[in-house]
Amino acid sequence: MRELFTADAGPALINIALLAILFVVAIAIARLRSLFAIVMLSGVYSLVSAAWYIAVDAVDVGYTEAAVGAGMSTAVLLGAMLLTARTAKPEKPLKKLGPFLICGATAVMLIYATVDLPGLGDPNAPANTGAGLTYLQVNWFDTGVPNVVTSVLATYRGFDTMGETVVVFVAGLAVAMLLGFGERSLAETLRTAKKRRGKGKEGEGS
Amino acid sequence: MKSDHHVILRVIGKCFIPLIVIYGFYVHFHGEVGAGGAFQAGVVLAVAIILHSLTFGLANTMRAVPPAFARTLAAIGVLIFVGMGFLTVVQGGLFLEYQALFAEPPGGHDGQHAGIIIVELGVLFAVAGAMTTIFYALAGRVAEIRDEDW
Repeated sequence: MRELFTADAGPALINIALLAILFVVAIAIARLRSLFAIVMLSGVYSLVSAAWYIAVDAVDVGYTEAAVGAGMSTAVLLGAMLLTARTAKPEKPLKKLGPFLICGATAVMLIYATVDLPGLGDPNAPANTGAGLTYLQVNWFDTGVPNVVTSVLATYRGFDTMGETVVVFVAGLAVAMLLGFGERSLAETLRTAKKRRGKGKEGEGS
Repeated sequence: MKSDHHVILRVIGKCFIPLIVIYGFYVHFHGEVGAGGAFQAGVVLAVAIILHSLTFGLANTMRAVPPAFARTLAAIGVLIFVGMGFLTVVQGGLFLEYQALFAEPPGGHDGQHAGIIIVELGVLFAVAGAMTTIFYALAGRVAEIRDEDW
């Protein structure tokens, strides 16, 4: 009982609390039928997991999760949701069995795999002894950039980053080509709204 | 605007959008020394545009940031990145070898700093433009969010 009150107890409690919130939110998402609530809760899920990444010292990952997961994809999912119905169809109880079994089997496998994982921040972990250690030793003399993440991203792995940038660009291009650039459909929407309302500018933008 | 019951939302959005944009640029130019970088900064900039469209309506946002500008920005970002790679080749180095930019000895880091900043600027433009384009494509298809939907 005494080990509970060591210096590690605080971070451990924070981890447990954040992961418990994630668990509750995930259960709520699985049980809800209203798509709007599901989109909002997935934003909450991203935000909490971003906080958890910060708690385990993965600041860059947490930042990306907060910006992309909680900010961007919530807005995009909201836009996509508005194109469909507002509620999901209820499923038959028997149909839920398959996904439940798959999720359960995956969870068992993941928990089994965590037994072999090295501890958090373990200096002997493979991630900290191989290429990671080399980057930390060589980075300052090669580039003079304090943030190793940036120098690996832009200098050592510059070609990869170029590919990622092209991927982002192509993703935007593909969505725009599939759905249209938004201008024409917006103009149409405005025209029909104006026609329906009878007289023009009143209330536009409200 | 007679029945504007979103006035608090609008005022707060008006206060926050410039702060979000400044924060995005801070994250971008501070990416060398702190957490974050161009990818995150690009998304933050796009989120500022999305917040504007959520509070002021999509038509006003499209007037402020035209869709043509957004998709051109994305293309320019990719061109900056690839152009930087070819510039280093022209300067006598390998593709994206920033060390060759100013023909400096191995101890000097000016080429690295300049190269990283310019390349990240390309990433910033590409990500912000592409995200805004995606949002416009999705949001342009639906009418304004009606009050019953909330």
